[in-house]
Amino acid sequence: MNALLESARRADERRAKAAIGIRDRWSSLPRPWRIAVLIAFIALLYSLPGLDIPLITTPDTDFTSVLFLCAVYVLVAVGLNVVIGLAGLLDLGYIGFYAVGAYTVAILGSPNSPVVVKYPWIVCVPIAIAVAMLSGVILGWPTLRLRGDYLAIVTLGFGEIIRVFALNSDITNGNRGINAVPTPSEADWPSWMTWFPTIHEGRPVFSVSSVIGFYWLALTVVIICMLGVRRLERSRVGRSWLAIREDEEAAELMGVPTFKYKLWAFAIGAALGGLSGALFFSKQTFINAQGFDLFTSILWVAAVVIGGAGNQLGVAVGAILLAYLPERFREFTDYRLLIFGVALIVMTIFRPQGLLPSRRRTVELEDRAKEAPVA
Amino acid sequence: MNFQFVLDNLAALTVTGLTQGSIYALVALGYTLVYGVLRLINFAHSEVFMIGTFTTTIIWAALGFGVGAAAPSTLGVLGLILAAVLAAGAASGATALVVERVAYRPLRKRNAPPLIFLISAIGASVALMEAAGAITNRQPRGMPSLVFPKVQFSIFGADVTNLQLGIIFSALLMWVGLDTFINRSRLGRGVRAVAQNPEVAALMGVNKDRVIMLIFILGGAMAGAASVLYDVKVGLTTYSVGFLIGIKAFTAAVLGGIGNLRGALLGGLLLGVVENYGAGVFGNQWMDVVAFLVLVVVLLFRPNGLLGESLGRARA
Repeated sequence: MNALLESARRADERRAKAAIGIRDRWSSLPRPWRIAVLIAFIALLYSLPGLDIPLITTPDTDFTSVLFLCAVYVLVAVGLNVVIGLAGLLDLGYIGFYAVGAYTVAILGSPNSPVVVKYPWIVCVPIAIAVAMLSGVILGWPTLRLRGDYLAIVTLGFGEIIRVFALNSDITNGNRGINAVPTPSEADWPSWMTWFPTIHEGRPVFSVSSVIGFYWLALTVVIICMLGVRRLERSRVGRSWLAIREDEEAAELMGVPTFKYKLWAFAIGAALGGLSGALFFSKQTFINAQGFDLFTSILWVAAVVIGGAGNQLGVAVGAILLAYLPERFREFTDYRLLIFGVALIVMTIFRPQGLLPSRRRTVELEDRAKEAPVA
Repeated sequence: MNFQFVLDNLAALTVTGLTQGSIYALVALGYTLVYGVLRLINFAHSEVFMIGTFTTTIIWAALGFGVGAAAPSTLGVLGLILAAVLAAGAASGATALVVERVAYRPLRKRNAPPLIFLISAIGASVALMEAAGAITNRQPRGMPSLVFPKVQFSIFGADVTNLQLGIIFSALLMWVGLDTFINRSRLGRGVRAVAQNPEVAALMGVNKDRVIMLIFILGGAMAGAASVLYDVKVGLTTYSVGFLIGIKAFTAAVLGGIGNLRGALLGGLLLGVVENYGAGVFGNQWMDVVAFLVLVVVLLFRPNGLLGESLGRARA
């Protein structure tokens, strides 16, 4: 048993070394090369639904839908990564923001919602982002002064409050939910782009019968958001987040306005969460309080940490695993969460820094291990 | 909004709230003990409770009190409860110990950051819950009612049944036992010492690992006792029963001041009562919302909970 564990650990070490080697080689490539490879990779992502690659396609469900789900989960993970991975705040109720974004689109855009004015999708989504961001500020303002552990329980409470509100309030139609959530329609596109919404097999891309438009849309949004967060991470704001994560008191002493930047992290995370909720339910076109359970929220946190909190590529991998594996291995439905739970424990023991760790965090963890008490 | 209803039934709502709250309080003790010593939210504690509820049904069935059994005599009821408390306490304590060994100890050796502990705890929680779900086919499991509520006396117009009295007094009894143990016994002194300052405690010859094992067993046993009370009260359990109770109990622990045994009791009872009032005013479906809002408000004004946190100074 021990020998087996030891060999597994060594194999994982080799894998991690190889990953680091690839990363080093990647960053030493000339810039044009890197851009060319990135563009090729992105093109591959866009064409995935049509490629029908054996082994990775899902036999039991529509592959494009799975890809769309992956893209939405990646967006969630990117947002959650800002809060958890960069600023080091534990948010267990992230699904609350997701729900706020989704419901805002549904309430403002659906003809069947209690609010009768029906705005087009393109208007609803920015409003949804703004409302989610506002809810992040409203939640963060009183609670971000609390200690870290308490933040976890308060955010958990927030997620539950949003769910109960959605279930029981009149404005959300309770458990009956709201149907006809708006989807992006051709009227929303600028005139020079009207050729685009129908290019897929002659059908409009954003319709119930064709998911590919939603996948492309989500993928585009993911790429834009990842680039944006990357810029933030390397700016003054990002450095402040890192300082707060590693030692909040020291950061405050060095003149970082910690509360302000924590609130920013919360608001940006909330905005991304709201955006992902809005996207996902534009495709579903039906929304009710199911699917906003805290359990999913906790799984998201787990996905971010498994992937490698602080590293965007890592959290994307974590999110894709979380979305993709259950769809690919439907036959294990009854046991998949059990396997997932065991995997979480094993991961934290052998690779606490995640599958694709952020370089800075790896150093942090090594430092801590050195300080470990002898006892 | 129905304030009149609450005012009219204040006493009755208080009694039902105290009953529910004493179960929260017992579960909260487990969170508080672990947090007081390790500064760790033991997320898997809710599943420790869940294991207890199933152990109770199993042991009752084994003793001939399965579904459809006739109601036993008073002595039989006491015997069944005692057997269930012992069995569930042992099973829950053992589960907590296994979680500690498998999910936390390897991380402690490595001085992992708190976030990693939390993920491991979530993993343990999911694994236990899903294992129970797979074994029970995700079906709820009912049990015959052991105690038929009979009104014993009335206080301020509230009828108090033997069931409610029994639950409240059992919980108080368990709490007094634990509090005495922590405050008066030699092992309890070790627990407080480690909570105060692990390094100095180690220098003074306290075995830290043994203390940690002890608190997990004690917390687990309390959750086991709580699960018996829950089974007697509700008469139904499923694999996911722990989730909500766990969140509520943790809220209760934070409310009273986490790491503080008296705080856990106060927080549990208070949470039970307040959420019952809230349910009376706003309707049952808003119960959980009221509970969390109370938590946020209390934390805003008293960031360390009502009684302050610190197991080390539990005597104060």
